[in-house]
Amino acid sequence: MTTTLSEAQSKLFLEPFGLPFLPERLVNTPQQAVEAAEAVGFPVVAKLCGDAIAHKTERGLVKLGLRTSTDVMRAGEELLAAATPEDGTVQVLVAPMVSASRELIAGAVRDPQFGPTVLLGVGGILAEAISDVVVRLAPLTVVDAHEMIESLASQTLIGEFRGEPEVNRAALCAVLVGLSEAITSTESIASIDLNPLMIVDGMPIAVDALVERTQR
Amino acid sequence: MSNRSEQFSALFDPKGIIVAGASTHPGKFGFVVLHNIITCGYEGNIFATNREGSEVLGRPTLRSISEVPDGAADLMFVCTPAATNSELLKDAASKGVRAAFIASAGYGESDAEGQKRQDELVALAEEHDLLIVVTNGQGLVSTPSSLCAQIVAPYPPAGKIGIASQSGNFVSSFMNLSRQSGVGVSRAVSVGNAAQVGVLDALEFFADDPHTAVGLLYVEGIPDGREFAERIGAVARRMPVVVLKGGTTASGAQAAASHTGSLATDDKVFDGMCAQFGIVRASTLTEAFDCAATIVSQPLPRGPRTAVVTTVGGWGVVTADALSQTSLELLPLPEDLRDHLDTLLPPRWSRNNPIDMAGGETKDTVPEVLRAVVGHPGIDAVIMLGVGIQSNQGALERRGPFYPDHGLERIVAFHDRQDRRYVETATELSMEFGKPVLVATELAIADPDNAAVAAMRDAGRFCYPSADRAVVALDRLNRLHTWRDRRGLPAFDS
Repeated sequence: MTTTLSEAQSKLFLEPFGLPFLPERLVNTPQQAVEAAEAVGFPVVAKLCGDAIAHKTERGLVKLGLRTSTDVMRAGEELLAAATPEDGTVQVLVAPMVSASRELIAGAVRDPQFGPTVLLGVGGILAEAISDVVVRLAPLTVVDAHEMIESLASQTLIGEFRGEPEVNRAALCAVLVGLSEAITSTESIASIDLNPLMIVDGMPIAVDALVERTQR
Repeated sequence: MSNRSEQFSALFDPKGIIVAGASTHPGKFGFVVLHNIITCGYEGNIFATNREGSEVLGRPTLRSISEVPDGAADLMFVCTPAATNSELLKDAASKGVRAAFIASAGYGESDAEGQKRQDELVALAEEHDLLIVVTNGQGLVSTPSSLCAQIVAPYPPAGKIGIASQSGNFVSSFMNLSRQSGVGVSRAVSVGNAAQVGVLDALEFFADDPHTAVGLLYVEGIPDGREFAERIGAVARRMPVVVLKGGTTASGAQAAASHTGSLATDDKVFDGMCAQFGIVRASTLTEAFDCAATIVSQPLPRGPRTAVVTTVGGWGVVTADALSQTSLELLPLPEDLRDHLDTLLPPRWSRNNPIDMAGGETKDTVPEVLRAVVGHPGIDAVIMLGVGIQSNQGALERRGPFYPDHGLERIVAFHDRQDRRYVETATELSMEFGKPVLVATELAIADPDNAAVAAMRDAGRFCYPSADRAVVALDRLNRLHTWRDRRGLPAFDS
C-alpha cells in the first residue's frame, strides 16, 4: 500500500538533494495567487495541489500560460472550485511558466528484486509508447550517471536541438545522482517522478514532482 | 582456501570419482556417465557401485560405497533412486567425498514431496560438509582434469571459458559451439534448480581459477536481485562475465502510481544492472558464446578506432555499415598509412577504410598489408574479411577428376599454405601489438576443413561465421574496455 505526497510536499522532501525546481509559491486564495504571480513574474502556471492528487493534468488541474492578474485570479477560482472532498486539504501552487521543446522523465523506484533504482527516459505524452528509458541501481556514481545519458537511444534529443544548446550533462548527472541519494536516504520512499524534466536552454528543470511512500 | 572453494575443487578436480548406481543398460544415466568419464580420459580413481555387483563396461563394480577405500574419491555422481540418497551421502562423506552431483529424478521441481526431499538433502549436505548439485540436468565437465561427468555429449576442447547455467541444455549448446569453433572450455556445470549452490557460487570459483578467464552464465530466475548484483559485480571487476538471461519479457510495474515504476520493467532493470557492473549481456545463445570466445581469444581494444581489411569487394561496405551502429569507429585512413599501403597495393585499391585490396595480391601482399595496418598506432582493432577463398577453390579442385595432375596438386597446396599463413599472421600480429584482429568468413560453417578456418581453430581463436557477428563481438569488447577505463580498472590478467 502506497500513498503519494502533494507536489509541494514532494518538492519539500526532495529539496536537500539539489534538484532543479523553479521558485514557486503555495497559496490559499485567488487573491494570494495574483500576488504570488506578480512576485515570481508573468507568465505563470497555476496548479491545484494536495496529498491525494497524483495526476493533475488528466483532471485539468494545471492552468498554463497565465499572462495577467485577471487570468491568475480566474484560474485560482476555477482550481479551488474543482477540488473534491476526496482531495482533502488543497492549495494553489503558482510557478513561473517555462516552455521547452524537449521533455525528459527522471525518477527513482524501489524495485522488488533489485532495490532502489534510478531511471532516465524520454518524456512527454509519448513516453510510455517510445519507452526509451535506462535504469541503474542506486547508489549511482557520476560515471554511471553519464553512461545513463549516453545510453538513451534518442541521442539527437541530448545534442543541440532546434536552435537550443546541447543538454548540460553535468547538470543532468546531478539530477540523477540527487534522485539516487533521495531514494536511498529514506527506506519508505517507493518512487519519485520528475515528470516532465524540461530542458530549458540546455538546463534540466523539474516542473513537477511526485513522491510515493510505502504505508507501514 | 575457503571451504566452499575446496568443495568446488573436489567437484572440478577430483582425485577420484564414485559413480553411484552404475547401470549395465546402455540407455541409463548410470551407464552413460561412466562411459563418458572413462572415454574422455579421466585419470583419477574411478569407482562404480551397482546393487548386484554386475560388471559395467567390462569393469568390476562395488556392491556398496563402503567398499571404496577411505580418501580415494572426493566426487560422487549419483544416479540412484532419490529415496536412498540420504544414506548414500552420509556414507560418501565418511569416505572423504566433498562434492556430489545428483542426477536422480524426484527432487525440487517435481512436486512438493520432491521439494521436501531436496531440502532435507541440502540440510544433510551442510551437516556433512558436502557440496551438492541437485538437478535432473546433465552433469559437469572439467577439461584440466579431462573430466566428462555428464550424461550427454559433447566433451569440448580445453580452453578458458567457464560455464555455469541454470539449464543443462545451454551447457550442451555452448560446448557444441566450443567444439565447432575450437575455442575451448575450462569448466562447465548445470546447477539445475540451485538447491544449495547456484551459478554465482560457480562463478566465484571461476574467478579464482587459473584455468578460467571468462565466466559464461545462463540464468532464468534471480531470487535476490540485490545480492545477485553485488556478487556478480564483484566478480566482473576481476574477470569478464558474459550473461544470457532467459525470460526477459515480463514487466515490473510495481509502484503503480508512478510513471517511473511502469517504465522500469524487469528487463530494463536487469539491463541497467549489467551496464553498470561491467557485465556483457548477450541477447542470444550464439551472441553469448561469440562474446565469451572473443574475450578469451583476443586482447581488449584500447579504443574504438577500427580498420576493416578485405581481399575484395562488397564485404567491406556492409561491415562498415554494421560498424556505424555500434560504439566502434571506422576511422578515415591516416595519411601515412595510406602512403604506406600505396607502396604495397596496386593503384586500384580502395585508398580508404574499409581497406579493399581489390584482389591485388602477390604472395606476400596480405601479410605485409596486415602488418602495416595492425601495427599503425592510430588503429585499435582490425576486422579481416575474405580469407579462405583460394583454398575453397582448392577444395573443389582436390575433389575433381583432374587432381592431382595438370599442376593442381601444387597449386592447391600453395593456396592452403597461403590461407593458413594469412590467418596465422593475423594471430601473430594481434599478439605482437596487443590489439584484437578478428577474422570472419562464412566458411567457418560452410567448410570447417577450409585451411583458413582450420588454422583459426588450431590457434584456439574464434573464426566469426559472418562479419556482423565479428562487429557485435568487437563492439562488446570495446564497451568492456571503456567501462574499465572509466573506472580506473586495469586490464584483466589472464
